[in-house]
Amino acid sequence: MSVRQEHRGTQVTLRNVRKSFGSLNVLHDIQLNLKPGEFVAVVGRSGCGKSTLLRLIAGLEKPTDGVILIDSQAVSGIHSGTRVLFQDSRLLPWKRVIDNVRLGAPNKDRNLALEALRQVGLEEKAGAWPAVLSGGQRQRVALARALVGNPRLLLLDEPLGALDALTRIEMQALIERLWTEKQFTAVLVTHDVSEAVTLADRVLVIEDGRIGCEVKISLARPRERDSGFTHFERIILNRLLIREPQPDAEVGAGTNFSI
Amino acid sequence: MKKEKFRALARPVVWQPWVIPVLTLVLWQAFGSAGWLSGRVLPTPLEVAGALIDTIRDGVLLESVRVSTQRALTGFLIGGGLAFLLGLLNGMFPLAERFVDTSVQMLRTIPHLAMIPLVILWFGIGETSKLFLVALGVAFPIYLNTFHGIRSVDPGLIEMGKVYGLRGFSLFATVILPGALPDILLGVRYSLGIMWITLIVAETIAADAGIGYMAMHAREFMHTDIVVLCVLIYALLGKLADVAARTLERRWLKWHHRYLQNG
Repeated sequence: MSVRQEHRGTQVTLRNVRKSFGSLNVLHDIQLNLKPGEFVAVVGRSGCGKSTLLRLIAGLEKPTDGVILIDSQAVSGIHSGTRVLFQDSRLLPWKRVIDNVRLGAPNKDRNLALEALRQVGLEEKAGAWPAVLSGGQRQRVALARALVGNPRLLLLDEPLGALDALTRIEMQALIERLWTEKQFTAVLVTHDVSEAVTLADRVLVIEDGRIGCEVKISLARPRERDSGFTHFERIILNRLLIREPQPDAEVGAGTNFSI
Repeated sequence: MKKEKFRALARPVVWQPWVIPVLTLVLWQAFGSAGWLSGRVLPTPLEVAGALIDTIRDGVLLESVRVSTQRALTGFLIGGGLAFLLGLLNGMFPLAERFVDTSVQMLRTIPHLAMIPLVILWFGIGETSKLFLVALGVAFPIYLNTFHGIRSVDPGLIEMGKVYGLRGFSLFATVILPGALPDILLGVRYSLGIMWITLIVAETIAADAGIGYMAMHAREFMHTDIVVLCVLIYALLGKLADVAARTLERRWLKWHHRYLQNG
């Protein structure tokens, strides 16, 4: 336990967290504890509430009930040590790449921003406008911007969903390498089970706004797609697929709330 | 052989767009010189050029251009500035929009040139009446585009800005204003057109100086060449305003995909 405490990552605790939009219950009674430096993936069908869970942890939404603790302190609103990587890169098109990264740097430090760009392999694009970059490059710039301030908690909201298969694999390796180096706590929301198994220490399956099950991935890193990998992939997929047809009204309504 | 000549003509060359204008000028001059076109109806291009030289020599032209330009820009700054602030206010604060926007939209339906008789009753034919009309005319496009620009800033970018600790003015200056700028500049360009049209009408109806006054004064003495010259000067000033607006766009929106061909 003492080794864990030395990690830079934050500990995140959700206690009895419930979220509803109007009369619509999106998340019910979530109990969750993220250890410092842990990489947790959240998978589920669209509309299951997984994105809402991430937005709650990010402070972009407030829980209807319950508390969210970061390092044992209750937080409301956006936490300064937290960064979010969205599905779209959300670069400011009117700022050059380097200035977009500086947005995340302490005191807008240019050298730190350049160093962050170097870490994602894009230092030669520092002076470019975001509009000329490819989707994968934009996402790497967004990653540099998120990491330049050395966040203690990185939240990834399907950040690779819009990328092609090869770029995806490269980005996964990059995220894993940077996570290993910087030891932040990471939460990845994804609908891609193999991505979750590739990256996470623990995979949470969200079903109808609840944590349906939890799978610890005990594979060594970096992970190869061997029989062990397939084993975990199959466990999670089976769980997701069995629950497919749900005539329950709540599921149908929840589908509209994939944020 | 004939086919090849035709093909050579079909290729785009720099001079092609100028064929009709130049031909028109030549014919115009030829008709005037031959006496088929009365100088009172339409003076020849050379006569207009002569009027240009004369009015530059006696200083009337430059003084008129100075007076008109000053009026146009002052009116634009007053009306555009207020409209910009109002657009910002209503764009940023929904409560302000609830109170103000409907009233602005009602005023917008009044053609501002229809106010001329009333404005002359209020302010006479002095500077104030022209400034008032120009300010009123340019205000609406700038208000509407500023408001729309602010409202259509990508909410994802605003959320991102908040995650990065941007609040209040820094959020406004870093995300909201630059995001609204393409719309605002569109409003500015549209307003510059309205600015000249308003001024032309106002100066023609009631003025004691400026290009419109110069034209009406020349009309009284049947100086058709000066009248035509004034029309051309208005066209030139309008074009200049448009070039200025485009230059601003190219400078401030160089990140925009529209202007990004050269990286």
